[in-house]
Amino acid sequence: MDAANYLYLSVLLFTIGAVGVVVRRNAIVVFMCVELMLNAANLAFVTFSRINGDLNGQVVAFFTMVVAACEVVVGLAIIVTIYRSRRSASVDDASLLKR
Amino acid sequence: MVDLAIAVGQTQTPEAVLFWVLAPLTVAAALAMLLVKKAVHSAILMASVMINLAIFYIAQDALFLGIVQIVVYTGAVMMLFLFILMLVGVDSSDSLTETIPGLRPIAITAAVGFGGLMVSLIGRATLGRSAIGLEAANSNGNVKGIAQLLFSTYVWPFEVVSALLITAALGAMVLAHHQSLQLRPTQRQLSTQRFRGASLANAAGLPAPGVFARHNAVDVPALLPDGTPAANSINATLQARGDMLTSGTFELGKVDTSKGEEK
Repeated sequence: MDAANYLYLSVLLFTIGAVGVVVRRNAIVVFMCVELMLNAANLAFVTFSRINGDLNGQVVAFFTMVVAACEVVVGLAIIVTIYRSRRSASVDDASLLKR
Repeated sequence: MVDLAIAVGQTQTPEAVLFWVLAPLTVAAALAMLLVKKAVHSAILMASVMINLAIFYIAQDALFLGIVQIVVYTGAVMMLFLFILMLVGVDSSDSLTETIPGLRPIAITAAVGFGGLMVSLIGRATLGRSAIGLEAANSNGNVKGIAQLLFSTYVWPFEVVSALLITAALGAMVLAHHQSLQLRPTQRQLSTQRFRGASLANAAGLPAPGVFARHNAVDVPALLPDGTPAANSINATLQARGDMLTSGTFELGKVDTSKGEEK
């Protein structure tokens, strides 16, 4: 099997995640779609590491995971703060600057 | 020739079977994540996508990353997501109606364009050689190989990332910290307010709810001497919910005496 198949899968997952970020309105689901995009990028890193026979790609994927964990912690704290003041987790409701 | 056949039969075909079984499942779970209405179902599907990705990592000789994917992502991050979902409300399903008109067709068109572009790009790109594989790089074991890189070449990024983690933890604590804007009044202040206030109507305390011979539940307003119900004898939460009975039906003068005594 060609290792490039993993790259196709990665592209598909990334695209699905991007659509989810744009289309969904629940902030938590939007956030999960961002995670899906990060995971797709990780899969591409691991695949390229295998294609090139070099472990550097896996180390970069590892760093991506750490940064994603930080992002989840802060992002979910922001969502909880917004929910506490506005009683809603919808991204459309947080449009105070528009009015 | 025999060696090649063994190599093909032992490494490549099982991986191809694994890929062609799990990849459609992964894509289907990711698509369903977009389409299901409830956020909890999305989270479960996302967890399944992450487990599939961990299997792909392990299949690609990235054992350490596969385990980290399961422990950190599926174990910690997704449980954090579910925790927040429970906190915000499990049935907080968002309506799938679009608020910005025409957003969905535009998003899908752009996604199809981007995906097609990337797929055709990968299809056209060639390395000029076949994939090397990680057998040589993993000769000392995958964990040892990654550790060697992480603590030599990448030791400075590693330290920076640890600082980032601590900052993120502090930031989450600051964001989650709830500070009330004004102090709660003490019992002494409340008492002073009651007696030094403009009116002494409630100085002896609020009327107790439901003071009737036939009914004394907490959701029935007490009657004032002039016969009107005292709304302030009911808990404000019950009033807001509308869980109030009218006290008129329990007045002694209106008791239906034709019926027998209630038990």
